[in-house]
Amino acid sequence: MTAPASSTKVRGETILSVDNLVKHFPISQGVVFQKQVGAVRAVDGVSFELRRGETLGVVGESGCGKSTLARLLMRLETPTSGRATLEGKDLFSASGSELRRLRRNMQMVMQDPYTSLNPRMTVGDIIGEPFEIHPDAAPKGSRDRRVQELLDVVGLNPEHINRYPHQFSGGQRQRIGIARALALRPEIIVCDEPVSALDVSIQAQVINLLEQLQDEFGLSYIFIAHDLSVVRHIADRVAVMYLGKIVEIGTEDEIYERATHPYTQALLSAVPVPDPEVRNDRTIIRLTGDVPSPADPPSGCRFRTRCWKAQDICATQEPHAVPRAADPHPSACHYAEVRPSLP
Amino acid sequence: MSHSVVQPTPASPTPEGGHLLDVRDLHVEFRTGEGVAKVINGVSYHLDAGETLAVLGESGSGKSVTAQAIMGILDTPPAVIRSGQILYQGRDLLKQSEEQRRQVRGKEIAMIFQDALSALNPTFPVGWQIGETLRQREGMSKSDARRRSVELMDLVKIPAAAKRLGDYPHQFSGGMRQRVMIAMALAMNPKVLIADEPTTALDVTVQAQIMDLLADLRRDLNMAMILITHDLGVVAGVADRIAVMYAGRIVEHADVRSLYRAPAHPYTKGLLESIPRMDVRGQQLSTIKGLPPNLMRIPSGCPFHPRCPYVQQVCVDVVPHDLVLGDGRTSACHFAQEVRDDSAR
Repeated sequence: MTAPASSTKVRGETILSVDNLVKHFPISQGVVFQKQVGAVRAVDGVSFELRRGETLGVVGESGCGKSTLARLLMRLETPTSGRATLEGKDLFSASGSELRRLRRNMQMVMQDPYTSLNPRMTVGDIIGEPFEIHPDAAPKGSRDRRVQELLDVVGLNPEHINRYPHQFSGGQRQRIGIARALALRPEIIVCDEPVSALDVSIQAQVINLLEQLQDEFGLSYIFIAHDLSVVRHIADRVAVMYLGKIVEIGTEDEIYERATHPYTQALLSAVPVPDPEVRNDRTIIRLTGDVPSPADPPSGCRFRTRCWKAQDICATQEPHAVPRAADPHPSACHYAEVRPSLP
Repeated sequence: MSHSVVQPTPASPTPEGGHLLDVRDLHVEFRTGEGVAKVINGVSYHLDAGETLAVLGESGSGKSVTAQAIMGILDTPPAVIRSGQILYQGRDLLKQSEEQRRQVRGKEIAMIFQDALSALNPTFPVGWQIGETLRQREGMSKSDARRRSVELMDLVKIPAAAKRLGDYPHQFSGGMRQRVMIAMALAMNPKVLIADEPTTALDVTVQAQIMDLLADLRRDLNMAMILITHDLGVVAGVADRIAVMYAGRIVEHADVRSLYRAPAHPYTKGLLESIPRMDVRGQQLSTIKGLPPNLMRIPSGCPFHPRCPYVQQVCVDVVPHDLVLGDGRTSACHFAQEVRDDSAR
């Protein structure tokens, strides 16, 4: 299998750029005369860039909009507003053959390996299905060989091409999902919680596979997860989301060692560390209350209702994710500062 | 630990009346249309008053089935308890009548489950559900039960408890629902609380809140707790002792600090090396090769041998007994001491 990268493609250049992306889901009332009474602001102004060959981790708690972001990028949802350009082409205005071409370049691995594979299709049909839409990617006669190559690449036995999903374990099924995503030789793979449904001993196998494939084919990943330890392990840069917005974004080091946003700090402090020796040395920042409803987010800073630093300005003026005096990476907090001695 | 003595004896029987809860050599199988799945194959563990025992294992290791057997909520059939004893305060629960077990359930041993949304009844207010036990079992009047429900909701730190008594489960967030479940479990002041993956479905910040709450309650109410989980991070935060399960057996049993410092079973060692750690940078993840066994065809000898880096011929032929290591630990591995010394290095 050959890597898609040709000599003109430079590692580190921007491949995907997302600008002020918004997705509001309408809430409507009434049966016959429906009228919109509000909107769930699932993604509310998200901007970031993805560079060639890097892994951008997206973390946040349930309801923060990270999966909606993935679906928007895959064009499974239509954005309310905002732009995204993939290699200079507008992702959301593309249609027809141009859209097919763009989609070919960006593939997705889903969270649940049990429901994301059709139980009535053989593994060969599942992995070979992308070739139905893009016949030029693998001519008819060579498809089986190509599918077997892909099975081999993800560490499955190429002879199992005629088996069905139920004959595989969870980890093996996730490998099938990865092989399907690789079939069209994309440059970007959006991974939506790819290891959360797997057991610990299997999780490491899949993470290592994803890293190895990235080296081999120069892939860029958008890696969405709620497990901050996994993200630290795999990501080069990390975006932290809260209620539809990116509150902090930076390199793995900037986020895990020098986080300046209180939410990031609270999130990091709450991650259980598998070491009983540090049990009493860690101070967990205890957030009170629950995440507010994305249909009615707080004014100003969305985190202020749970923030121990909140002042009047936080309710009136929304902080933007811009470089802060405390550390030069973007952080959306008026009172950004590095917390001394993070775990 | 060069002074440690290795004795190839099975887990030593404990003196009568020694432990609050004592599971001995439990065997459970599931008879299904496809065959017999041997889910629990000789599990023994004990729990003393006021301590927290973590039972760690991956899916299918039998950790929840053991708990269900203790609670007496195992579906029989398809499950069959082949042999073993579950001694609670010296009495064997497995020999008791259903009515006697009912008296133990809830009042002596209570349980909370992973998925609070499906464990609660969506059609009744939470206050009614918390009070149900009190009305049914303690014969409390409606108003007394309501008063006590508010107390319990306060105890588990549900804000504005009196106002939320009439709310339905769907009106609560995931963390709050889990608190409602904890309140229900505490209604009859149990001495043992079994928490089966209590935070798996929750976000990390909420998980931290719930684990804090459980630890506080356990201390304040002087309960003993069995924490069933797959999360090595959660265990490290709260447990005193830990029992690691694999293919229906306890493969390693130790106090939590020595286990994390130097695991003495290759499976535990592999698990600890395969989790990404947030406090360690540039870590190379090692993996445990292969897959957990099919419980209808458990490998001969040591069930972990097909995946084990220490495997020798003896592992294929002979089922390893619990090796008692000097510091009060056991490990069901023929090479336990070697593994521990390797890990300590």
